[in-house]
Amino acid sequence: MVQLTNLTFAYHHAAPVFANFDWQAADGEAWAVLGPSGCGKSTLLYLLAGLRQATGGKIEIGGEILRQPRPRTGLILQDYGLLPWMTAVANINLGLEIRRFYGPDGKHAPDDDDLADHAGRVAYWMERLRLTPHADKYPAQLSGGQRQRVAIARTLALNPDLLLMDEPFSSLDAPTRESLQKLTLDLRREQRLTTVIVTHSIEEAAVLGKKILLLKQPPNETAVVIPNPGAADPDFRQQPEYFALCGRLREMMA
Amino acid sequence: MKKRGLGTAVLALLILWQLASWAVHKPILPGPVIVIQTFFNELGNGLAAHFWVSMWRVLVSMFLAVVLAAPAGLALGQSQRLNHLISPIIYLLYPIPKVVFIPIILLFFGIGNLPKIIIIFLILFFQILVLVRDSAANIEPKTILSVRSLGAGRRALFRYVYFPATLSPILTALRQSVGTAVAVLYIAELFATQKGLGYYIYLNGNTLFNYPAMYAGVIAMSLLGLGLYFAVDWLERRLCPWKFVQ
Repeated sequence: MVQLTNLTFAYHHAAPVFANFDWQAADGEAWAVLGPSGCGKSTLLYLLAGLRQATGGKIEIGGEILRQPRPRTGLILQDYGLLPWMTAVANINLGLEIRRFYGPDGKHAPDDDDLADHAGRVAYWMERLRLTPHADKYPAQLSGGQRQRVAIARTLALNPDLLLMDEPFSSLDAPTRESLQKLTLDLRREQRLTTVIVTHSIEEAAVLGKKILLLKQPPNETAVVIPNPGAADPDFRQQPEYFALCGRLREMMA
Repeated sequence: MKKRGLGTAVLALLILWQLASWAVHKPILPGPVIVIQTFFNELGNGLAAHFWVSMWRVLVSMFLAVVLAAPAGLALGQSQRLNHLISPIIYLLYPIPKVVFIPIILLFFGIGNLPKIIIIFLILFFQILVLVRDSAANIEPKTILSVRSLGAGRRALFRYVYFPATLSPILTALRQSVGTAVAVLYIAELFATQKGLGYYIYLNGNTLFNYPAMYAGVIAMSLLGLGLYFAVDWLERRLCPWKFVQ
């Protein structure tokens, strides 16, 4: 699904964040990208989203070289993702609205997108994420958890096959965060999504990543991957393997 | 603003006015009853015509300022390079009180409506330009990224992000500058015209010494300012409801 080959990336006049970096993620895998701030994990996500261009090497997604945002990739950010002047339902509809704006041109929207079925998709995701009662509220009137559910609904309404999330739950309180993490696991299974979740939280990486990519202070040259098959188990958080893994990740990050 | 609060405020001001008028007890401060009577008498006697001329001048200026300043502000806010180039000029021109240019503008554009419209336009133009530029430049980069990730190119970004994001600052700029615009209108109408509320007030106050009529003109000018302020306020509530939610 995702293949990075010799990826090199540096911000303008700065040392490289990635240097000849190789990494791949297979279809349907659940990845967590973990690392301290400044390690380049968000940069990696923006590169995968096509919002930044590699300075060297290549990124292939679904067998095609990535040169611009890809219609089947969904991106969810920590904050600021929703437009404050649109109601929840309008925000959820935004991605579809943009597709109608351009038409199915293969560049901004997949060329096989069924425009007729948009209203149904919005309604489905509103209902599935328990947002129907909040349809006409503005983001400022929603709780942090509801706002993130709107962002998820907006992205999933576009039928993505790759879901990228940048610290999606880090500004939420613990119970909301855990319920949204569970929702993410359920949705990944239901929708057979490939997910890449960037986080600075060891616990979140352990719960959401069946494979964990650990990044360190740049430049990142080799991918350090920690397998974590237990993450699929809903009760993983209570098991000794979970605590052992968290301990190990903490040591590796130190 | 609650309607009842407004009614009480109007009543309180009228009472204060009446008290002051009794205290001063001179023709230069007639009481509200005589002034309001004069106001309605004068309406049919030319005051209404002066009012419409003044309102038309302000509205045309507002319209031109929005139409020209909003796209310019958007362009500057979106393009850092352009902004670096133009900003120093705006920085120098923005704080200059445009009123001082009235004589020059009169010399260049002569009598009639044009110079009055230009001077109000100049004031509004810079207010709107600066506010729109700043709010377009301050759109959170992550907002732009997330909308781009939904497939938006430049055109869709303009339609779904930049345009709605600037609607509110345009109206804020208008609301903030309506008072200044009407004040400057008054000054502009002192020169080279025989139409407009500024002319009417000056004529009655300083030439004819008809003080009740002068105050009627002041009321008309206040109503013009208030009306425009409320109209912009109403528009903002209609077009930017998200700013008023709890």
